[in-house]
Amino acid sequence: MSLLAILLILFLGGAAAWASSLLHPRLPRWIALLSVVGAMLPLVTALGDPAVSDGGWLIEYNLNWIPSLGIRFSLALDGLSALLVALTGFLGIVAISAAWNGIDERVGFFYFNLLWTLAGVVGVFTAVDLFLFFFFWEVMLIPMYFIIAIWGHENRRYAATKFFLFTQLSGMLLLISILGLVYSYSLQSGSLSFAYDDLLSVEMSAGVEWWLMLGFFVAFATKLPSVPLHSWLPDAHSQAPTAGSVLLAGVLLKTGAYGLLRFTLPLFPEASAAFAPVALTLAVVSILYCAKVALAQTDIKRLIAYTSVSHMGFVLLGIYAWNLIGMQGAVMTMLAHGLSAAALFSLAGGLQERLHTRELDKMGGLWRSAPNMAVVALFFSVAALGMPGLGNFVGEFLSLLGAFSVSIVATALAALGMILSAVYSLWVMQRVFQGEEISQSDEEGATPLSDLDARELVIYGLMMAGLVVMGMFPTVFLDYSSAAIERVVSISGSLSDGFGGR
Amino acid sequence: MDYDNAARDTINAFAPSVSWEELLWLLPHEILGATIVFAMLAIAVRRHFFVTTVITTLGLIAAALAASMQFSHLVQGAPSALVTPLFLIDAFAVFFVIVLCLGALALAILGFGYFARLDDAREEFQLLLLLATLGAVTLASSAHFVSVVIGLEMLSMALYGMIAYPIHSKVGAEHSLEAAFKYLVLSAVASATMLFGMALIYSQTGALEVVGSANSMLGYASPLALVGVMLVFVGIAFKLSLFPFHLWTPDVYEGAPLPSVALLATLGKVAVGAFFLRFLIHSHLLLNESVTLVLALLAVASILAGNVLALRQTNLKRLLAYSSIAHMGYWVVALLSGVGLGSQNMAASAAAFYLLTYAALSLGAFACLSIASSSESEAGVLSDYRGLFWRSPWLALALSVMMFGLAGIPLTAGFIAKFQVFFAAVESSQWGLLAALVLGSAIGLFYYLRVIYQMLQPAGEEGRTLRDLGLESVGSVITITLVVLFVLWAGILPEPLLVLIAALFG
Repeated sequence: MSLLAILLILFLGGAAAWASSLLHPRLPRWIALLSVVGAMLPLVTALGDPAVSDGGWLIEYNLNWIPSLGIRFSLALDGLSALLVALTGFLGIVAISAAWNGIDERVGFFYFNLLWTLAGVVGVFTAVDLFLFFFFWEVMLIPMYFIIAIWGHENRRYAATKFFLFTQLSGMLLLISILGLVYSYSLQSGSLSFAYDDLLSVEMSAGVEWWLMLGFFVAFATKLPSVPLHSWLPDAHSQAPTAGSVLLAGVLLKTGAYGLLRFTLPLFPEASAAFAPVALTLAVVSILYCAKVALAQTDIKRLIAYTSVSHMGFVLLGIYAWNLIGMQGAVMTMLAHGLSAAALFSLAGGLQERLHTRELDKMGGLWRSAPNMAVVALFFSVAALGMPGLGNFVGEFLSLLGAFSVSIVATALAALGMILSAVYSLWVMQRVFQGEEISQSDEEGATPLSDLDARELVIYGLMMAGLVVMGMFPTVFLDYSSAAIERVVSISGSLSDGFGGR
Repeated sequence: MDYDNAARDTINAFAPSVSWEELLWLLPHEILGATIVFAMLAIAVRRHFFVTTVITTLGLIAAALAASMQFSHLVQGAPSALVTPLFLIDAFAVFFVIVLCLGALALAILGFGYFARLDDAREEFQLLLLLATLGAVTLASSAHFVSVVIGLEMLSMALYGMIAYPIHSKVGAEHSLEAAFKYLVLSAVASATMLFGMALIYSQTGALEVVGSANSMLGYASPLALVGVMLVFVGIAFKLSLFPFHLWTPDVYEGAPLPSVALLATLGKVAVGAFFLRFLIHSHLLLNESVTLVLALLAVASILAGNVLALRQTNLKRLLAYSSIAHMGYWVVALLSGVGLGSQNMAASAAAFYLLTYAALSLGAFACLSIASSSESEAGVLSDYRGLFWRSPWLALALSVMMFGLAGIPLTAGFIAKFQVFFAAVESSQWGLLAALVLGSAIGLFYYLRVIYQMLQPAGEEGRTLRDLGLESVGSVITITLVVLFVLWAGILPEPLLVLIAALFG
């Protein structure tokens, strides 16, 4: 019941926020904030449940929806999805904070879209009926399209359309694969069902399994994203308003990784195992190639976007390492990157708000005028480059450790990515905050540079605290996800060819 | 069968006498016919657009109610009735009769708002609408090529008039005559081709029945019969505007007044589609591989051509015209996924659902367009809708729902419809068709989103102000509201509708 409450609060809160803009333009943001906080309350009680680490589904909600097609409205939460829902809620608040003063037109509609995106993401993380999953998968797209297309920057239309087309086209492949899987199930059992647990038991011929797995993989790898399906991301991230970038980088990318962990691997174990070398290669290429491309960017948001792809490569690496350590590393990277990327994007957004440019060439020496911002930026840059003691290090280290037992070459190459990430992180810090201060006076309409205000400091403080806790006490988080991950890993143990033996 | 019955059947075959009970089965047709006469007399007594519209709507409501009662009887197990060899009244036919009457009802109401200020006789529009509806209803319930031709011609004849309707008006009728002529000439050619096809079928099988055993294995009758089938397909493809026969569609859509276009896109497609579906189910044509190949080519070409050509359109009516070509392509994919084969009726249900959904969506879209327009000035160009979200948010929301529906986005009926087509295609392993579906849907999104994007633009100088809604538009507003509610209801809780449609083929 409480899962339904989370979704309903977000959906209805969105509608209420839109309606309230008729009363007062400042009302929607408060309603949005209250909705997200209210929606997270049921989750907090769920996380406090001692049954969390036992594995299994924590809260379930199950309702007949479209019986003639075997579709149920069933939601469930386990440790993995609980962590990601919590991340979604937290970054929802961050996004609202980023939009607090930045969005000043069509405010009601903006918060409507924001909350509906969040609701879609929560739905994706909790749906255990594949039709329902696909339904939410699509639901989270449209409001995001609006956020980019209406409140985005100069090239928003191109970016929004590209984002939509990429995700939609890959979504269609996902749909076909889901239908193929359900059809295989119906051949086997004589009835239709979209339920996750039912579909886990489907026996398929190797060829069918391979193609269906590929459909799932392409959809999730587009979202993740992995090279060569990543090209929508730099455009979408750089053109989206700050709150949109925060949600995209922080939460939406994680739905791809979640899909791989929850669906692709358990549903198609043999095909996925056969595909793992390809996926590992893609992961390594993503890490190195996008880190290299990031170095060549002059637009700060594009740069962060490429680093996102690079870091998500570690997630892909950890997942397809297919052992407990690697997958836990992937989960940890998802959480830590969610926080650090969201923080970096809102910092970049803050810079753009203040300087009216995203060009690195027009920035410099900001340490003097905005010391707090510089310190915060340094913290998150260092976090992103994988400084031990912070969450990102734990995640990437575990991913590499997991991958090491599978492929030493891939691990060695991927580890080079960590060097590159140190290079670009420090390079950005140097370009933006050190060196000659670029005079702002010749910029038309540029306001005198203001440092972070109290609201921003509180939000960044919370995110820093989160990363430190993740770095220092990773087991707090890993305990939640371990049961769910172990279930995925155990499937590989039953494989005949012994995946680890390569 | 005893002697008396056999004798009666023989007599029936030559001089069909209709019993009272059989007449009762044709009640919707009769009500429509009586309404036409009554409306004509009422116009002769005194011209009054509102009164004519009221008569029309009442007649359509009565016909829909009569059909609903028949439907509940049939679903509860009453045997379906072959009324003379011409009409088969079963759950399938009656369902589409209801849909057609309700669609016509919406069109009558929209037409009233649209033509309210026309500087010419307005009443005959409703008369033509009723005539077209009678034709459509006849087509949907036909069991014989003769009633097919009668229904189709009645529908088309009325449409010629409706497309050219504002011809004597001083404003806003530049293209309607051209459109009507284009439709007249091409439609006549298509009808003639179809007739020739029917003649060929008759020459080979000696039967003109659509249902029944005589034409049930048409695919294997003889090569000449197959040629006949193909010629019938040409006629159907023309009416549905499938690829090589689609050339009239954009021009006619652009030139015709909006309520007439809406009729073309809804009643026209549903009636012909229902007949096509019945024809395929009863003739088992899809057993023949050359037939499926031809249909598959039509489908793929329609999906690709429709979607690609829609991309660069700046006129919303033309855009919807190309989108209709693509949608009919999707619909044929549903047919190809095994209509009339095997015991599972997944494909037939999917096709019926798709037809209904497409009709509702295009009705809604044209309703939104026509409420923004009037016969004097149509808001057809895409830039007319620039910033609509900030000028008339409710209308923009309604149009967005329709665009999302046509694009097949969740929460709308369009998604459930497309989902079923996908499902049917996966079940019958139509991978090539699925690839076309995926590609088409992705391209399709692009131009549907373009419409929504235009509406989301800040309202600039060039965004024209839409007309103020007068009292004559109250009905249109209610219609749009109901269509939007239907589209959302069928998208969120489709179960009742799915059960209902599954009952058609049970």
